[in-house]
Amino acid sequence: MIPCDLALIAELTHRCPLHCVYCSNPQELAARTNELPTDAWSRVFREAAELGVMQLDLTGGEPLARPDLSALVQSARDAGLYVSLITSGLPLDEKRLDELLAAGLDHLQLSFQGAREQSANEICGTKAHAQKLRVLDWLKSRRVGVTLNFVLHRGNLDQLDEMLSIAESSSASRVEFAHVQYYGWALRNRGNLLPTREQLMHSLDFFKNAQDRLLGKLRIEYVVPDYYAKFPKACMGGWARKAMLLTPSGEALPCHAAAVIPRLRFENVMEKSLREIWESSDAFQKFRGEDWMQEPCKSCDRRTQDFGGCRCQAFLLAGDASATDPVCSLSPLRSKVDAVLAEVAAIPAANAVVEPSWLYRPNPA
Amino acid sequence: MTPDPSSRPHLAPGCRLGENQGNRVLLMPERALRLSGPSLEIVNRCDGKHTIAEIVADLQKLYSKAEPKKVEQDILGYLQLLHDQRALDFAS
Ligand code: SF4
Ligand code: SF4
Repeated sequence: MIPCDLALIAELTHRCPLHCVYCSNPQELAARTNELPTDAWSRVFREAAELGVMQLDLTGGEPLARPDLSALVQSARDAGLYVSLITSGLPLDEKRLDELLAAGLDHLQLSFQGAREQSANEICGTKAHAQKLRVLDWLKSRRVGVTLNFVLHRGNLDQLDEMLSIAESSSASRVEFAHVQYYGWALRNRGNLLPTREQLMHSLDFFKNAQDRLLGKLRIEYVVPDYYAKFPKACMGGWARKAMLLTPSGEALPCHAAAVIPRLRFENVMEKSLREIWESSDAFQKFRGEDWMQEPCKSCDRRTQDFGGCRCQAFLLAGDASATDPVCSLSPLRSKVDAVLAEVAAIPAANAVVEPSWLYRPNPA
Repeated sequence: MTPDPSSRPHLAPGCRLGENQGNRVLLMPERALRLSGPSLEIVNRCDGKHTIAEIVADLQKLYSKAEPKKVEQDILGYLQLLHDQRALDFAS
């Protein structure tokens, strides 16, 4: 049976006032003119609830770039969904925040590029950090679930203490520390982002101590960079098992990065119902279950836990989307990943940036 | 740590009850717990009005065949768990 404790990730727009060097949006950004209108999203939210979706993440780009965001929150709540807003906090003011809460927003996840203004702003190519601190202040006097999300990389791993203090002095009940994952823009900036092994080990100790100390006060979750792991992550909880992502123009993908895989055909919610797409679209069926697997995954005991790792990473690093994820120590191509790590280990200063220039994510037309 | 019996648990901000395909669920950031039987009876009473002692007494009545001490321990353990996941606040 296809499990139905599903999450829907709705990329409402690819427009964004920030330009993060590790943005998870695709290289080819959807133009504003192709974005789904309000009523199409509202219909999709109702279809999602009928399909068994409970959690809806409104994300982007920056969802606040859509003037109809409050109406979308309202229609998702009316459909019975739990509504999270994943936002950079720009452009937001107290009036708009109150409108979103009145519309029924359940949870707001505010993303941070670091704890220090200058380095955070360098990563997103915008003066954004001070505004995020203002948003945290506004949230203190309002009732809504709050998560802070810190994206970690070589250049900010020395700021963990400061990041945690920002979280502790806020009204957040949850904080996510997420090491950058290397797809799209992040892959192109990987040389400057990948942490050293020492940095990574230190961060793991830090998270464990923080979890113990703050148990019952702050839920702390972290994602490790899989390049340093022995086994891959169970990407998206397995292909087409737990989540579905919709692009601004309504294409349905099994994950953020799936568009990098050649010859995968994505269906559009303007042409088919969400249920039809979930149950039978080619892109969802392609790597569902185990039939597509090759050795060593095919006969490996861990295949029901990690599902052979990430299909997009397999394509990006092995050139074959059905290969074992090359970050797996059992993959014949693991040496490719080790070679990248060796380059990082050879950089003298831990947080040195190899090239002084970043490749910034642009804005769509 | 055991919660104080006179405190009145209530759902933390960002947590609420919902329904999914006929099941009651506790919805929270990036997570949902399916509730049924005793867990539903407990969470239904986490409304900021019932004290923990009252919740325990209610469930001991409802599940009168079970050992009362065991019912109490299970409830305290469950409340603590939800509290540690930041789904519950204990206000006195
Ligand atoms: S540029 Fe940054 S803030 Fe904008 S969508 Fe990408 S990661 Fe999010
Ligand atoms: S061989 Fe495949 S299933 Fe086994 S651990 Fe590696 S990725 Fe997972």
